Amino acid sequence: MFGMSTNNVSYNEQGSLESGVDAAHENSSIPASVSGGLFSADYKKNEDLKEMLESNKDSQKLEAMKRIVGLIAKGKNASELFPAVVKNVASKNIELKKLVYVYLVRYAEEQQDLALLSISTFQRALKDPNQLIRASALRVLSSIRVPIIVPIMMLSIKEASTDLSPYVRKTAAHAIQKLYSLDPDQKEHLIEVIEKLLKDKSTLVAGSVVMAFEEVCPERIDLIHKNYRKLCNLLVDVEEWGQVVIIHMLTRYARTQFVSPWREDAVFDENSEKAFYDSEEERKVEQVKPYIMDPDHRLLLRNTKPLFQSRNTAVVMAVSQLYWHLAPKHELNIITKSLVRLLRSHREVQFIVLQNIATMSIQRKGMFEPFMKSFYVRSTDATHIKILKLEILTNLANEANISTILREFQTYVKSQDKAFAAATIQAIGRCATDISEVTDTCLNGLVLLLSNRDETVVAESVVVIKKLLQTQPSQHSDIIKHMAKLFDNITVSMARASILWLMGEYCEHVPKIAPDVLRKMAKTFTSEEDIVKLQTVNLAAKLYLTNSKQTKLLTQYILNLGKYDQNYDIRDRTRFIRQLIVPNEKSGALSKYARRILMAPKPAPVLQSAFKDRDRFQLGTLSHTLNSQAIGYLELSDWPAVAPDQSVRIVEVVEPVKETGAPVHGKSKPGKSSEKFYSDSEEEEEEEEEGSSSEDSSSSSEESESESESEENSDDSNKSSSSQSDSEKKKKTLKNKKLQQQKPDGKDRKQKNGNAVKGQSRSESESASESSSSESSSESGSELDSDSDSDSGTDQKKNTRSKPVQSTLVTKVEKKEVSLLDLDDFSPAAVPSPKSSILSPSLLSDLQGLSISPTQSALQASSPVFVPETSHELLHRMTGKGLSAQYHFTRQPCIYGNSMVSLQLTLSNGSDQALENIHISEKSSTGQNIHRFNAIERLEPQASVTVSMGVDFNDSTQAANFQLCTKEDEFSVSIQPAVGELLLPITVSEADFSKEQGKLLGMNESSATITMTPENVSSQSVNRKVVSVANLGVIPSSQENIHRFAGKTVSSGCLVLVSVALKDPDAVITINTERTVMGSMLLRQLKTALTNSDP
Amino acid sequence: MIHSLFLINNAGDLFLEKHWKSVISRSVCDYFFEAREKAVEPDNVPPVIRTPHHYLINIYREKIFFVSVIQTEVPPLFVIEFLHRVAETFQDYFGECSETTIKDNVVIVYELLEEMLDNGFPLATESNILKELIRPPTILRSMVNTITGSSNVGETLPTGQLSTIPWRRAGVKYTNNEAYFDVVEEIDAILDKSGTTVFAEIQGVIEACVKLSGMPDLSLSFMNPRLLDDVSFHPCVRYKRWESERVISFIPPDGNFQLMSYHISAQNLVAIPVYVKQNISFFETGSSGRMDITVGPKQTMGKTVECLVVTVHMPKVVLSANLNATQGTYNYDPVTKILVWDIGKLNPQKLPNLKGSLSLQSGAPKPEENPSLNIDLKIQQLAISGLKVNRLDMYGEKYKPFKGVKYVTKAGKFQVRT
Repeated sequence: MFGMSTNNVSYNEQGSLESGVDAAHENSSIPASVSGGLFSADYKKNEDLKEMLESNKDSQKLEAMKRIVGLIAKGKNASELFPAVVKNVASKNIELKKLVYVYLVRYAEEQQDLALLSISTFQRALKDPNQLIRASALRVLSSIRVPIIVPIMMLSIKEASTDLSPYVRKTAAHAIQKLYSLDPDQKEHLIEVIEKLLKDKSTLVAGSVVMAFEEVCPERIDLIHKNYRKLCNLLVDVEEWGQVVIIHMLTRYARTQFVSPWREDAVFDENSEKAFYDSEEERKVEQVKPYIMDPDHRLLLRNTKPLFQSRNTAVVMAVSQLYWHLAPKHELNIITKSLVRLLRSHREVQFIVLQNIATMSIQRKGMFEPFMKSFYVRSTDATHIKILKLEILTNLANEANISTILREFQTYVKSQDKAFAAATIQAIGRCATDISEVTDTCLNGLVLLLSNRDETVVAESVVVIKKLLQTQPSQHSDIIKHMAKLFDNITVSMARASILWLMGEYCEHVPKIAPDVLRKMAKTFTSEEDIVKLQTVNLAAKLYLTNSKQTKLLTQYILNLGKYDQNYDIRDRTRFIRQLIVPNEKSGALSKYARRILMAPKPAPVLQSAFKDRDRFQLGTLSHTLNSQAIGYLELSDWPAVAPDQSVRIVEVVEPVKETGAPVHGKSKPGKSSEKFYSDSEEEEEEEEEGSSSEDSSSSSEESESESESEENSDDSNKSSSSQSDSEKKKKTLKNKKLQQQKPDGKDRKQKNGNAVKGQSRSESESASESSSSESSSESGSELDSDSDSDSGTDQKKNTRSKPVQSTLVTKVEKKEVSLLDLDDFSPAAVPSPKSSILSPSLLSDLQGLSISPTQSALQASSPVFVPETSHELLHRMTGKGLSAQYHFTRQPCIYGNSMVSLQLTLSNGSDQALENIHISEKSSTGQNIHRFNAIERLEPQASVTVSMGVDFNDSTQAANFQLCTKEDEFSVSIQPAVGELLLPITVSEADFSKEQGKLLGMNESSATITMTPENVSSQSVNRKVVSVANLGVIPSSQENIHRFAGKTVSSGCLVLVSVALKDPDAVITINTERTVMGSMLLRQLKTALTNSDP
Repeated sequence: MIHSLFLINNAGDLFLEKHWKSVISRSVCDYFFEAREKAVEPDNVPPVIRTPHHYLINIYREKIFFVSVIQTEVPPLFVIEFLHRVAETFQDYFGECSETTIKDNVVIVYELLEEMLDNGFPLATESNILKELIRPPTILRSMVNTITGSSNVGETLPTGQLSTIPWRRAGVKYTNNEAYFDVVEEIDAILDKSGTTVFAEIQGVIEACVKLSGMPDLSLSFMNPRLLDDVSFHPCVRYKRWESERVISFIPPDGNFQLMSYHISAQNLVAIPVYVKQNISFFETGSSGRMDITVGPKQTMGKTVECLVVTVHMPKVVLSANLNATQGTYNYDPVTKILVWDIGKLNPQKLPNLKGSLSLQSGAPKPEENPSLNIDLKIQQLAISGLKVNRLDMYGEKYKPFKGVKYVTKAGKFQVRT
């Protein structure tokens, strides 16, 4: 925060400074052009550019602008052309316009008054039907850093944040940051916009708005609560850059909202390295008792996991740091592989990744040890990469691998890159101190290096040896002697100083040599470096105290030299030492203790990694790289001791409730709900792992279970409330997960969640409005598909109709504001307006903006409305020699392949002996792609078994022929699908339905008029009839007498739209699809079904 | 996030600047020049440089420094990855990313940079989207443009920008529908003096060139997916599908892209295709040295080794080389001290040999370490790990595409220590 505010200040300064400059500029503008003589070439050039800009031809203007952009790119000043350029801002030529924008953004700050001339053009462009033009107008408008237009910017942002194009809304999110940096006083208003945009469920907007959030109001963590789950679920589909920002934000969020998963890790920690490979379940059993992870915490971890596989290195790093900071310690190991993979990338990427690995490897060696060889240094690596690799290798060293590492280090010491060689010696020193077994080996190795020809290597060795010897000097007096011998040849001052210090410190071990060294030093004292001089004085003092007989005169000589040295440090030191060691009347008590002071045993230095404390910064941040807090760094808080209220994240959903409204009572019981939730998600996880074939049955049972619960719970609530949320929440997440499983591309997840948010925003509204019905019912429709039985359709409609749209009111209010900007002729461009006569255009656009973008048709797969239980015979008991088989369409998306129809096969043994090895023959199929069930080894007499299989019918009703085999026999069987089974239901809004229908006219449309039997006329029965014939989704309709259904073909994903218009007593069935053959077949079947009178 | 971008060539000339927020004086680059000077080699310039008021994050690519100016905390990899993306976009547009091409196409470069970032935050980085917004220059188009006055700039928002598959543009049409996949594997290895493998691993990528009409949904499966240890995918790949079935299922971007990269599990032994017999020695007196290198085939799976190149970074004291190559040509650059021996095809019957003397700077001590050799090679029609593509299926479109898979093995960071 602090960083933030200073930042703003600097912007302000800049602003005021600029305006000052501007004023000056105005005055000087005339002399400037006159003094052009000095730069006559430039001056003339600009003159002809001016002429070109005034010309009538766009091509001339374009040419001029291109040259001007060239000038800007080179950093040349082209500001004097401002008036000529700004005239072209309204040009029709889009390229010219773009270049003018580039120019404007660059110079507007310097030429504020002139820049204002262009504002009206942008205001007009903001109403353009083309979303690209709207967006770029907003981009430029918000990039013009002129304080006067702040109010206009504010209004434009507000306007754009409700635009129906997500692209424009994304631009609005960017503009928020720009406005904030221009005028921080707008913060409160901007937060409102951010809050609104955070609710947006377009993946395009999510990243940008979170970025704005981070920049403007990172402290308003409360704004995230309601959007947390949505963000988690959207994350995979957000563009890469947004992912990075969102992940960083969620890391911060999670650290404030969940309790630490690391509690009893002390025991778990290091010895759990192996546990990683053990089965999931086992771990869970161990874990469950003391600590239960918040399901939302788990949700985040689970949803970010696939991003480890991203191609974008920044995303991988972001997920890695998220896991590092949030995941239980035993789950960290998945980070490793991904980070090691990044080491293949560019040099700069390696640099950052290695830094982060270095920090991690200090705390958890085990994580990276298996990949040790990936950190071996190549001679072609850049020096800073080499040194980081060395750092990591040193961190990873332990008793087991030290010999390998030391052998590797031996190669490095010889490197031509001397900085690297020196670093290697340091590293050897660290290994020696860390692992006592190899201390002696290392020390001997380092002593050998003392005779190296390269000075830096020798010097570094001396320094490291000094540090090592401090730990056990008595055993190594011969090394000290050896070093004394080498002393004359060593010229690097740090090394010389180190040797001198060693001599002095351990002069008792080398009583004969030390005075001799001092003698030599006395000779060269004046020509030594300061650091060597200081150590010489130290050596002299220590020898004086231990061996004053031999060294008294030498010491005095050196102290005298030091007294007149040029450097005050040395003079000070000399004076201090003299007072301390030479007893005289002034020195008093201190000199008695001189020996104790100077010869006190000194603790050995701890050789440790430079990355030791780096983890105080969040990994992957700039601050971590720099090892100091960067401006705007947001601290990662510690885990809270007690988890804050977790119910804040619950997003209330408007349920299509059947019951009539009654006041809400009771809040949810968080404890209970969370437990339930957790156990469920566990279950789900296990299911996921098994990839179970029993999914269909289990999920449907879950559904029915939660169904009943919700009925119990919600009988007193119309507005959806947290009392419902027990079951609701559970269902929701289960749903989400299921969908994720079924549809890997996850297109639908976001909509799902989106609905939830939308529902919530609307739940409080009161007054009914006819015009809103289409929207609200379309919304409930999607709920309907997934959550309730089809027969409740009518009741729902009544209920939902009484749920008006508050946002309508909001829009209207905003509408007024908008008119200030003279934008009341704003009308959505690419919006098809089917059946919109009842809606005012602006309302329609707003509603659409909320739900779906016009170009992106939100075809959202949903679960089947109705699953017929009738099964068809595949193999009769008689022909199958006892084996009988029946199949039945599950109407679920097939788990084996996107283009397959999912089937359930029930095999029973009607004979009196067991049948063995029942399977589908490999060679048999007739072109269709069949996913076979796993062979059933043995089927006891009278037993039956249900298996599932998938068949890709390729959108044709042609039968799939294959051989069902037992151990002895083969039976040819065939499955002939009804056309309705080749579909999967989808949900679209009514508007989208009409739009898609509009695209599928002519040949793609087939229709028929039928006479309905009286009992079929009710909408309920029409719905039921249609969905039992074909696997279609029910589209909520605003008109009582038109029923709409939508689906897509399983294999090709073509839309199939069915509408039934009732005109008592007739009805018109219309089918629109590209698959005309399927369309007409379906039409025939529907005709039969609807005219048939049996219930 | 990213405040400004400066492009600086190897000689230290700043030849392009672009600002996304208020203008930052180019004097901020002085800090960069300082670091550049200190680093000597361009590769040694630290990627992150701190200045009193800004942070400079830079990358070095194609002899150009991309220096970005940052004012507040940001994940450094975010910026680095983006800068590389910029360089790749230039390469994609102009065929190569060099100072000349950038200067020649400065307007397009500027337009691109304008679209790629808004207020310093990435806006559009997908090549498919960018190409709809700003069309890449071709000779034909520039001629047409000068005559008709039409422009290079798209007038509508690219469809990809709004869809959930931003990497693919709508309405793609080809008369010849084709999809090619190149499985390219690289061997990273370090061999020690005696020829034993210190470290070896295989990294692979699958490069795709897909030119298919409409919205094809492809799925690619392997004969032996178990070989793959660690993978990363283009965003178009459905990860769940891979998790459950080990099938790569995706709606491809149009044109060239990298579908996935992978790492072969460490358990598999890595076949090293060549061996190197070398003897490099520097004499204590006479300031000279000898060198004798022979390369021979080792485990090549019966394929020919091509494009064999040996590169040696000689110690600083080596002044010149007087060598004799039995095959190929050698070249020693006394300035960079790099010896390149371009062998070409490896003939197992007659092993290539490079032999001769090196002359050293007189008076200087002999180098302590022998230089290591970097090997470059290529083997066509072989994925050294044994990875095989099983089949490629297309759904969602009716036509029959032409499909092709090619395998290549290359040496990655293949180093022989001497």
